[in-house]
Amino acid sequence: MLGKLTLEAIPYHEPIIVIVLAAVILGGAALAGLITYMRKWTYLWTEWLTSVDHKKIGMMYIIVALVMLLRGFSDAIMMRSQQMLASTGGEGYLPPEHYDQIFTAHGVIMIFFVAMPFVIGLINVVVPLQIGARDVAFPFLNSLSFWLFVVGVILVNISLGLGEFAKTGWLAYPPLSGANYSPGVGVDYWIWSLQISGVGTLLTGVNFVATILKMRAPGMSLMKMPVFTWTALCANVLIIAAFPILTATIAMLTLDRYLDFHFFTNDLGGNMMMYVNLIWAWGHPEVYILVLPVFGVFSEVIATFSKKKLFGYTSLVWATIVITILSFVVWLHHFFTMGAGADVNAFFGIATMIISIPTGVKIFNWLFTMYRGRIEMTSPVLWTLGFMVTFTIGGMTGVLLAVPGANYVLHNSLFLIAHFHNVIIGGVVFGAMAGITYWFPKATGFMLCEKWGKRSFWFWIVGFYLAFMPLYILGFMGMTRRLQHVDNPLWVPYLVVAFIGAVLILIGIVCTVIQIVVSIKNRDQLQDTTGDIWGGRTLEWSTTSPAPFYNFAHEPQVKELDEFWEMKERGHEEAAKKPYAPIHMPRNAAAGVIISGFSLIFGFALIWHIWWLAIVGLVGMIASFIVRSFNYDTDYYVSVEEVERVEREGRERRSLPGARTPTDTVVQG
Amino acid sequence: MRKSLMRGALRGLPILAGLLMLSGCDAVLFDPKGPIGESEKSLILTATYLMLVVVIPVIFMTLWFAWRYRDTKQSKATYTPNWAHSTKIEAVVWGIPCLIILALGILTWKSTHELDPRAEIVDGGEPIEVQVIAMDWKWLFIYPEQGIATVNELAMPVDRQVRFHITSETVMNSFFIPRLGSQIYAMAGMENRLHLIGSEVGTYDGISASYSGAGFADMHFKTHVMSEGDFDAWIEKARGSSKVLDDAGYTALNEPSENVAPTFYGQVKPHLYQQIMAPYMDGMELGMSDKQMGDMKMSGKKMDHSAHKMSGDEMSGDDMSGHAEPAMATEE
Amino acid sequence: MANNAMTSHDGAHDAHDDHEHHDANGLKVFGFWLYLLSDCILFSMLFAAYVVLSQAYAGGPTGAEIFELDFVLVETALLLASSFTYGLAMLGMNRGDSSAVIKWLMITFVCGAGFIAMEIYEFHHLIVNDMGPDRSAFLSAFFALVGTHGLHVTVGLIWMALLIIQVKQKGLTEAHRGRLMMLSLFWHFLDVIWICVFTVVYLTGVML
Repeated sequence: MLGKLTLEAIPYHEPIIVIVLAAVILGGAALAGLITYMRKWTYLWTEWLTSVDHKKIGMMYIIVALVMLLRGFSDAIMMRSQQMLASTGGEGYLPPEHYDQIFTAHGVIMIFFVAMPFVIGLINVVVPLQIGARDVAFPFLNSLSFWLFVVGVILVNISLGLGEFAKTGWLAYPPLSGANYSPGVGVDYWIWSLQISGVGTLLTGVNFVATILKMRAPGMSLMKMPVFTWTALCANVLIIAAFPILTATIAMLTLDRYLDFHFFTNDLGGNMMMYVNLIWAWGHPEVYILVLPVFGVFSEVIATFSKKKLFGYTSLVWATIVITILSFVVWLHHFFTMGAGADVNAFFGIATMIISIPTGVKIFNWLFTMYRGRIEMTSPVLWTLGFMVTFTIGGMTGVLLAVPGANYVLHNSLFLIAHFHNVIIGGVVFGAMAGITYWFPKATGFMLCEKWGKRSFWFWIVGFYLAFMPLYILGFMGMTRRLQHVDNPLWVPYLVVAFIGAVLILIGIVCTVIQIVVSIKNRDQLQDTTGDIWGGRTLEWSTTSPAPFYNFAHEPQVKELDEFWEMKERGHEEAAKKPYAPIHMPRNAAAGVIISGFSLIFGFALIWHIWWLAIVGLVGMIASFIVRSFNYDTDYYVSVEEVERVEREGRERRSLPGARTPTDTVVQG
Repeated sequence: MRKSLMRGALRGLPILAGLLMLSGCDAVLFDPKGPIGESEKSLILTATYLMLVVVIPVIFMTLWFAWRYRDTKQSKATYTPNWAHSTKIEAVVWGIPCLIILALGILTWKSTHELDPRAEIVDGGEPIEVQVIAMDWKWLFIYPEQGIATVNELAMPVDRQVRFHITSETVMNSFFIPRLGSQIYAMAGMENRLHLIGSEVGTYDGISASYSGAGFADMHFKTHVMSEGDFDAWIEKARGSSKVLDDAGYTALNEPSENVAPTFYGQVKPHLYQQIMAPYMDGMELGMSDKQMGDMKMSGKKMDHSAHKMSGDEMSGDDMSGHAEPAMATEE
Repeated sequence: MANNAMTSHDGAHDAHDDHEHHDANGLKVFGFWLYLLSDCILFSMLFAAYVVLSQAYAGGPTGAEIFELDFVLVETALLLASSFTYGLAMLGMNRGDSSAVIKWLMITFVCGAGFIAMEIYEFHHLIVNDMGPDRSAFLSAFFALVGTHGLHVTVGLIWMALLIIQVKQKGLTEAHRGRLMMLSLFWHFLDVIWICVFTVVYLTGVML
């Protein structure tokens, strides 16, 4: 009746997990109680959960990402403390059974459920505003994408208290992840959380490529698109091209595990090397899916706060396109040590190095954007500067790893771990923090507190260097990754320093949490009443903050790159004098939540081999799709009166007391 | 503001100090004990120096520009809000990285061929053959010419190359002796080859460098590089062991075990290595699960068959890349 | 549409709003093309896996031993015919003739269902004769590739049945026209994939 699911699946004999679970359950109950007490369920359901507004969906992505950052980071600090405590032959406090799940969960969570939603969340909030559109191409699909992603998040978190997570490393190489060597439900949690959220990501890719290519404001030719939109376009093209590979690969692994297929097994002709090739044919583009959009963030931030045109827009765009294409011909550098011939290894090594050229060009473009500018040292700028220094180092170690001869000794060592954290923290995390701070007022109407933002930055960057520079050194000292315990007194001091670094990063994360709380508390003082708090250059700053649900009362007409900046230079052509027209908008939809809910049932049932429930989930999904297809009332027109009312309120906001010019708020702290 | 930038500059110091410390012999990759490791060390250093040509100026310019052009009321620095293009700068920022990557590319092409793990080392002497089998969670080393086998202990004569034939009885592992250089994956049903030389007498750590499950952390071994005389003595010592690695002995050893102490086998069944690989190779077996095969593969009949198969070149590393390539080709 | 700088200011918004409304199908079809692109990549991965494993018989049967070309030719003919009849349904749609659309969709449905029935028969036949996907990597790849195509066709059939009902209920509305166009793309796409399957799997298979 319940498949493999028994009471034994609850790890009640593990005190750490029990405490965590109790905290999660109590916290969840408290939250639910609070919502009930404040009678906010209806509000939550109608205004947020069923919303198809790209800004709200984007914010929800980022909220989930922040929560999962806490989860992923607690894994990280457990790993750091375990390796520190178990570095002189002791066993530490985490047995392999547990430790192996933790490093797997850490990787999976940080990439799929932190970095991805940060990036996709920012794209959601910003791109339609930047291109002067009123929503994405397929708003309902966007909601569905988000909720499918949430299903992945939920499944990963269920694995904490019910059964186990994979003990295979984040990419679950077979044969270790096959049924013979991993008979438990851990790999199945991995499979279904990634498969379901991956479908969501794929739909996001389709949605945003269509949005960017088809819904730009009149006059915005491709070479007048803001850089963030360009990078978002390239990232979403990569999603369309790369995520099906992940889907296919995981599907093959699923067939191996569930139906005794032999794609990747040791026996009967299976070929594990094919898995490694396929997963990295997705995995390397995935890196660029994460990092390209944050390159866009830095471009916007650095131009805005240097109060200067972005240097070399054209070469930046071409650099992005070149990276997009090249990202598909480098995947083999993840396994030079698998035994391919020298020609093959050398080819992929050199292809990888070639990618560093356009990437380097981008760094120079940002440098020369600062050159002869007037740089305001806001926290987004600090994140950007931190990124430029850190990412350059990470890029250097990356190119080093791309030399097959060097890779033969550095592969899988802590040097590699240091390298990819160097680019992912230094690139994606810093970029997400910069982007969130930069666009926060556009999404919410008030700024994030600068003081706590800067504190967060300093703890992050110092913590980062303390945590990861020792890992580079440990790599040179011959320490490999994923060791539950080690026995080498020479490594101890470095592991201790790395742990201290992790603690500093923890403080940095706490600062961010405080920053958000403090900013919400002081939102009246932090209000952005101008709509253009930083002196922005692109269209999103031409509307009010927070942007009205329809984004723009009049569709912007674009003449130049940096259209809004030019508009200000030309002297505002007050568009408000023109009469308003009714605005065509999509209706909110519950179907996304419902379909995803059934997919959660479906995934959960398959993990535990509860076949009847899986059928319920599958039929439920199909049935809700069908029901949705009979709903023809999916859009409506916002009346002219409604538009007038919203716009009037927006104008009134501008004259509110407490309105600040950017420099006021920015200089202090 | 001043304070933060100072802090930024200070941040660099510990990194620098850390890098300096690497010259000490704690960093095994910088104190290799064999020519392969030696070339890899100099390759790492050369590549790093080449890249520092760009990296140092970039970091310096980042901090300097940020400081020079920061927004203060009394700033006297030039401000050109609409300057956004310079062909000269563009030429430099595309040109210099291109040149560096060109140099690195040439270095990569040459070094990758020189360091090809499959290639015999020139002037390395007549190779000693060692068959390496990754198991859950220990390393089995078979010396076919000497007719002995060891678990978790490896010995090689100084200044003479060893040709490792590497495979796996279980999941993927990576065979790695950091002091000697290159690692390579161990995979079931496939053979990878690796040539290494120890040029200094001593005992060096060997590890698995690819996570393989619960007992992975203890999956290491000692590598003794010794004089020819000591090596012969070591072989004799192994021959003296009463343990025999026949089918029964192998089945017992194949049980998963962790933190296994070094063990010697005085006798090894001939062609055991080929026998281990056979069940995982294409088109070899009738329909059987992994487990059934474990029982089957010890029969002598199978062995002849596999030995025949092994005589061809099919299982060399070339075959491996052949496997990997179709998936690649469709990618491009 | 987005690239046209609109010069006339007056009425530009009204014009745009109308445009947006009427162009909804265009946008959907464009998005569907993007989806098909990703599906194409999914199939190319399965093809790649099949090619890599196509000789990994592991002592089991080879393609030449199990493929019956005559049988597969009938399957192929059914699917190709269904593509043709779908085309006739689209012609009916362009004429605004909803009963023709329904008629041809039904015929298409029957052809597609026949194809699926034959495929299920083939799979069943192989599995009961101990030549299922658990037999060898070659058979795994074969079942996965052909099965994925079959799964797509099945989804297409469900969609088609739904559209038959919907067109019957409300006629050829704008929304239904968009859906018919997308299903048409999907259906022809599956045809193209099948031709690749036929060539790579069956034709090549019997020759090896």
